[in-house]
Amino acid sequence: MQTMLDKIWDEHVVVPETAETPAILYIDLHIIHEVTTPQAFSKLRELGLPVRRPDLTLATMDHSTPTTPVRTFKDLAVISKGALNQIRQMERNCGDFNIELLGFDSEYRGIVHVMGPELGATQPGKTIVCGDSHSSTHGAFGALAFGIGTTEVGHVLATQCLLQRKPRTLSVEINGQLPPGVSAKDIILALIGKIGVQGGTGHVIEYRGNTIRSLDMEQRMTICNMSIEGGARAGMIAPDDTTFNYLHGRQRVPTGHAWDSAVLRWRSLHTDDNAKFDMSVSLDASSLQPMVTFGTNPGMVIGINDPVPASDDPSFKKALDYMQVTPGRPMTENDVDVVFIGSCTNGRLSDLQEAASLLEGRKVAAGVRMLVVPGSQQVKNQAEALGLDRIFKDAGAEWREAGCSMCIGMNGDIALPGQLSVSTSNRNFEGRQGIGARTVLASPATAAASAVRGKVADPRSLAREQRQ
Amino acid sequence: MSGIAKIKSRTVVLATTDIDTDQIIAARFLTTTSRDGLGAHLFNDLRYRSDGALNESFPLNVPSAEGCEILVAGNNFGCGSSREHAPWALLDYGFKAVISTEIADIFRSNALKNGLLPVLVDKPLHARLLNEPGLELTIDLADTSLTLPDGTRVSFEIDGFARHCLLEGIDQLGFLQQHSEAIRTFEERRSWTP
Ligand code: SF4
Repeated sequence: MQTMLDKIWDEHVVVPETAETPAILYIDLHIIHEVTTPQAFSKLRELGLPVRRPDLTLATMDHSTPTTPVRTFKDLAVISKGALNQIRQMERNCGDFNIELLGFDSEYRGIVHVMGPELGATQPGKTIVCGDSHSSTHGAFGALAFGIGTTEVGHVLATQCLLQRKPRTLSVEINGQLPPGVSAKDIILALIGKIGVQGGTGHVIEYRGNTIRSLDMEQRMTICNMSIEGGARAGMIAPDDTTFNYLHGRQRVPTGHAWDSAVLRWRSLHTDDNAKFDMSVSLDASSLQPMVTFGTNPGMVIGINDPVPASDDPSFKKALDYMQVTPGRPMTENDVDVVFIGSCTNGRLSDLQEAASLLEGRKVAAGVRMLVVPGSQQVKNQAEALGLDRIFKDAGAEWREAGCSMCIGMNGDIALPGQLSVSTSNRNFEGRQGIGARTVLASPATAAASAVRGKVADPRSLAREQRQ
Repeated sequence: MSGIAKIKSRTVVLATTDIDTDQIIAARFLTTTSRDGLGAHLFNDLRYRSDGALNESFPLNVPSAEGCEILVAGNNFGCGSSREHAPWALLDYGFKAVISTEIADIFRSNALKNGLLPVLVDKPLHARLLNEPGLELTIDLADTSLTLPDGTRVSFEIDGFARHCLLEGIDQLGFLQQHSEAIRTFEERRSWTP
């Protein structure tokens, strides 16, 4: 009786763990970006080592890159000399070490966790790492995927392996039909609210249940993406026909006979009946509502119409002070300054479609700045083919180039001190979106509705108007 | 990795819970290609006010914090982003150990790889350490013990392999490279190729 984690783990153990030493675990796909790799490449140069498997390494640039619309990438206005230097160094490192770089001249450039799945490089049963904690996203395909630090990036570049202790398992069972206006983002926010930001520490989450089965791949990615916000280094979902249909025909998946045998192998990855998890939690999806954060970590989250809770805990009070919100009042009373739609959590085509459906024929409220940042150039092109860019622009929103943008605020896309930003990203930490910026995490629908109302808003109220 | 086998220092206390790596080192300081010099930006937005003036009441800025090598932090320290710049910044600033009741997975792993000790203690001891900033502690990695000025001595858990590497000066990359034969065999024998 094995869990999916057991199966994938066992297949990748090069040297088993002992009481003294961790396991040596083989890595099938290593995605790298400009911000967390320069020091790792320097180490390789220092030691005179090559990259062991450039063919299993995929590079892009997303974190500090500008998202201002440009005609040619020569015009890119990079935020600082430091950022430009990082980008140049990434180009040089990939060139010198023979790594494929999907850079500014590539139509496939995008946020690491949007690009990998889109290309079909992300596949069931693989071990996938990246120097970014939201690597858990790839687990939506039934892969074991987690974020690593820069020293470990160096380990994988040099040896294609990592030293790892096997994590514990946490089963999250989600059942019930999701009510209208409630999305995958609301599920994961509700879960983090339930287990807390350290609830999954030391564990890999496996999301199970009929709600999960009913979600499409983009929704599943949104859920796995935020596993880290619940403290878990990885989140995974057993692959099924939804997974295979998504992958079929993508650029980097096997074809013909090889595809058939891959699917056969992937079908056996699911957790066996009666396999044991170290911990289990369940969630009823049918009782969920749109969720918004009110504090400065993703676990401080409530239903859109619920009152902000009160507590005497000093850290809690400090968070409420920072957010300038009042206990006992709902978040919908707060004025909005900025709305951000994008990131590896909610920057995919279906996220943009969801937001556009609410914005169509409407205007962004006066005084609100709205940025829509596609997760990749592919998403951008697809959205433009569907005319979504026009809907956003007509509503008064900014339609930008692909990148991490306001999720991390490294490239100059930030909110100003004191401004309230309703954001589809994954972290509402103090200062994450700019010094003093106040972030409210929400779904694309809630973010779009908030842009229209100029206040944190329930998307269902806007959807109702639409029907009338 | 010398000098971390035994750490003897007074503590600085940051009692806030869930201090994330964005607060430890803000993203705008990550546009560097080096590990050095990040200490200047450690806790930048807490150490300095928005006009750039020093926030005198922030615990790192009080005169008695000068030279302290042990940081006592609220529960769940180091959550969030995987940036290794966080332990680099703490080390560059002069810290050698962080004590809390929970330290996030990726931060802990990054810290150990750089010789910053993540020390987990139980709630009662944590509460005492939070209440008594400036307490002089001795952390002994060899026998994984923490000693208080009154002689109270507790042992703490730390990943055994990382501890061994730190004490013996073993480079983990070197350790992995010693297994290159096993890695090659693994690649040749596996039933499918990625
Ligand atoms: S969008 Fe945000 S969370 Fe995702 S990879 Fe970029 S910075 Fe990390």
